[in-house]
Amino acid sequence: MSTPVLQARDVSMVFGGLTALKNVSLNLDEGKIVGLIGPNGAGKTTFFNCLTGLYTPTTGQVLLKGAVLPGDPAEVTAAGVARTFQNIRLFPSMTVLENVLLGRHVRMRQGPLASLFHGPSFRRGEAAARDRARELLAFVGLGKVEDELSRNLPYGDQRRLEIARALATDPAVLLLDEPTAGMNPQETEAARQLIFRIRDLGISVVVIEHDTKFIFTLCDQVSVLVQGELLVEGTPDVVRGDPRVVEAYLGKPPEEVEAELQAVQEGETP
Amino acid sequence: MGTLLQQIANGLIFGGLIAMVALGYTMVYGIIQLINFAHGEIFMTGAFGGLAVYSWVLPPAAQQIWYVALPAMLVGGAIVSVVVALLMERFAYRPLRNAPRLAPLITALGVSVFLQELVRIFFPGASSAVPFPNAFITAPLHIGSITIPASGLLMLIVSVVLSIVLETYVNGSRMGRAMRATAQDPDTARLMGINPDRVIVLTFAIGAVLAGVGGVLYGTYIHNVDPYIGFQNGLFAFAAAVLGGIGSIRGAVIGAFVIGLIKNLADIYLPGGTAYDYVWIFILLIAVLVFRPQGLFGEAERVRA
Repeated sequence: MSTPVLQARDVSMVFGGLTALKNVSLNLDEGKIVGLIGPNGAGKTTFFNCLTGLYTPTTGQVLLKGAVLPGDPAEVTAAGVARTFQNIRLFPSMTVLENVLLGRHVRMRQGPLASLFHGPSFRRGEAAARDRARELLAFVGLGKVEDELSRNLPYGDQRRLEIARALATDPAVLLLDEPTAGMNPQETEAARQLIFRIRDLGISVVVIEHDTKFIFTLCDQVSVLVQGELLVEGTPDVVRGDPRVVEAYLGKPPEEVEAELQAVQEGETP
Repeated sequence: MGTLLQQIANGLIFGGLIAMVALGYTMVYGIIQLINFAHGEIFMTGAFGGLAVYSWVLPPAAQQIWYVALPAMLVGGAIVSVVVALLMERFAYRPLRNAPRLAPLITALGVSVFLQELVRIFFPGASSAVPFPNAFITAPLHIGSITIPASGLLMLIVSVVLSIVLETYVNGSRMGRAMRATAQDPDTARLMGINPDRVIVLTFAIGAVLAGVGGVLYGTYIHNVDPYIGFQNGLFAFAAAVLGGIGSIRGAVIGAFVIGLIKNLADIYLPGGTAYDYVWIFILLIAVLVFRPQGLFGEAERVRA
């Protein structure tokens, strides 16, 4: 088997006296979708922050294509890891297109003088970036709103815009933090199809979700995080049937919990 | 009627000057929420930088040819301003990046006094006003009933052109977008691969180029400079930036022209004359802030989720 595109080795994260993550390992193979589930406060987002350079793990390391990940988020983005956020973090006063263009930042080169005087190479580069950004907007299904301010988009569209912006960085790995939070069933289904299409582009994906049904029908591998520790990992079928998961995370037979979670989520939909 | 037009022309010229300084205030504030009170001194050091180039770098023959002398002075003044601004950012503000907001503000006041005194003590003759050479066409222009010094017209044109270039740069280039993104959300900007230090340095440098160019043109227009010109004009520029909505580029430019016009019209038409022009400017500023605290073009502050 080839080396995983993203590999976390025994990552631990300690804040003061609190151990948020304890020896968490994860392997993401190229072209696969890995799900990360676990109760609130299990350390899922902390783990994502370790994978994007926002946090430097207290011990352990993260490898991208076999090389240690740089410690600075800007360099991690340039190296090929992109992410979205649990709480949407778009640039609210910039247009939809500009948000995606910001994702192109690390892939563009513009000399300082060229940017002032708009020479031919500057115009070509800008036009290429805009074309690429429009392509990505069409890809996520936001073709017609490029000049809207991002804060004026409906919630579900903001999530899709965040994905387009992340894709604009030409990532090898895309990390999605609760991509369907607050979405209705139709939107959730669209998100699932979108993630499959992203996978088909050759991008490996890690997804954090609370919606277990969504995760089990989406992912090739699922890891369960409980209180900062990896409880179980394996294929959806293995994880779904594992008694420890049922006990520690779900607490009840999966079908009932799924129904409950579904109900809760629909109740929360704004 | 002639007087009115003349005062409007003078107001636009003065507004052009103030705009070049106000842009630095507004941009730095937009990125790091710092009122850089030493920005007026960047303007002042630019003027002295231009003077130094004229006095000690240009050969006497070149001093007489304005299209050689003036560009050299503008470039020299801009370089001096940029060096001062970058040293200021690196050694005075960067160590305080994560300090409470009051600390860099007080530091800015300290840097301001430091630079004034530095120039006063070490620039030959700067303990009083220093004559500034006539480095541009000296013959004034007569348009109808009004008279405009060529250097004033140049200042207005340069200011408008630079403002437009800046606006295009910030709206339509990679680093310009990075600047706006950093202003809105520095953490997320970093995750887009944007290096905030680089953006901050660039912001200080752009502000300094504008202020330095403004300083040299101011000297050419007024014909003398002293170490305190930065304080006086900086105050007007700061007021312009706040009036227009601090953080907004267009706001700073329009605010500057409003202040330039008010000042020159108040000199003639409002009670008190020239002695009271400050009063009218700040009354207007207060009135605007009462009804529109975010300024004319500023965005109302929103609570972040």
